[in-house]
Amino acid sequence: MFSQMDFSWLNASAMHLMGRGMLVSLQITATAIAAGIVLGTLIALMRLSAMKPLRAAAVLYVTMFRSVPLVMVLLWFFLIVPQLLQALFDLSPSTDLRFTSALIAFALFESAYYSEIIRAGIQSVSTGQLNAAYALGMTYPQAMLMVILPQAFRNMLPLFLTQGIILFQDTSLVYVIALSDFFGQTYGIGLRNGDIVETLFFVGAVYFAICYSASLFARHCRHRKA
Amino acid sequence: MSYRWDWGVFLEHASRNQSYLDWLISGLEVTLALGLSAWAMALVLGTTLGVARTLPSRLCRFVGAAYVELFRNVPLLVQFFIWYFAVPEIAPGGDQFKQLPPFTQQLLAAIVCLGFFTAARVCEQVRSGIQSLPKGQKGAGLALGLTLGQTYRHVLLPMSFRIVLPPITSEFLNIFKNSAVASTIGLMELAAQGRQLVDYTAHSYESFIAVTALYAVISLGVIAVMRVVENLCRVPGMSLEK
Repeated sequence: MFSQMDFSWLNASAMHLMGRGMLVSLQITATAIAAGIVLGTLIALMRLSAMKPLRAAAVLYVTMFRSVPLVMVLLWFFLIVPQLLQALFDLSPSTDLRFTSALIAFALFESAYYSEIIRAGIQSVSTGQLNAAYALGMTYPQAMLMVILPQAFRNMLPLFLTQGIILFQDTSLVYVIALSDFFGQTYGIGLRNGDIVETLFFVGAVYFAICYSASLFARHCRHRKA
Repeated sequence: MSYRWDWGVFLEHASRNQSYLDWLISGLEVTLALGLSAWAMALVLGTTLGVARTLPSRLCRFVGAAYVELFRNVPLLVQFFIWYFAVPEIAPGGDQFKQLPPFTQQLLAAIVCLGFFTAARVCEQVRSGIQSLPKGQKGAGLALGLTLGQTYRHVLLPMSFRIVLPPITSEFLNIFKNSAVASTIGLMELAAQGRQLVDYTAHSYESFIAVTALYAVISLGVIAVMRVVENLCRVPGMSLEK
């Protein structure tokens, strides 16, 4: 069954295309992780704030993004972002904004998920730490920035990584807005050569190798800390 | 930006004797059928694997762990493509499969794919539920003369299922969200109907709002059902919430 498979299509030009696709996947992943951590921290702080409207806004944001399938979120952003950007910056209607739309969609979508991780991380730091910071005369922002968040982030590092692996797998969904990431490029090669079966197993194996090694690393981080 | 809202568009004539609203409803039906069938499969397979991961046999534990790693580390989209495009080419019976009507092929592939994918997640929840029980429970069951199978059936599983009900609920919610990925293999479920509606009516906002709202309704429905299940399963005198 597997012995009849033909992998002669894996030549230099195919590798080049797949490399370009992988770059797209990694760029989206990296942007979304960075934005997710920054925005996620802000949302988590809003969620834990003493002001009710801030809390309500954070809950609304998180619930909204978590109750909609990522496929729909991508389609929504591909509908709204190009129109908005064209109107704001007077771009020509033919400008390709698929990549920008995907970046923004993933950044905002992931920040909802990251904010939940960060909120749990902040809550896991004992309240005595906050009180001690107050007793030293720190203000709330000082206590957060210098005492609570550094400890919370250290605890959350493995979880950030795990979420990053999920996110990397999810970037393959940019297929629905016809953006060529690693999956899209490789699948395109398979379609042109007419050997979809080999191509799909190859794509699966590459994703597996990357994600499995990353998850082993995340496990290693967790054990070293514990 | 000027956009002309028109909610009446759903009542317009779409094809033969269907309105666009009928398209949405048929998409909703496919999403529900897909989600529920895949969920049934994931619960049975996931529980079996979750139990396997806690058994004394090293082989069983290895098979369970390998399954979870395999299905958790390949993107769902790629899994859908493999089940639909690759497996019928190499598996025995693939030719009979390809004789089926396209819709049946897509639905079957989607159910199998989503079922296997979610089973890996259910497996992890069931395993953590069993492992969260005090070790003495298993020992007590065996000491009373129950076989290992009976201990699982009457002591370990009834308790651990109740403990993992909240994370299982969120997997139940996830299966409907993940079912939207099935639109990529051409299955006309809710998200796919939404995109088709945009193509036919050019009323993108109304279509997407309707589809998004229907997904939210499914989520609310699942939460309501699971709350009832949680109340029915509560062990008297044992509070699961701290």
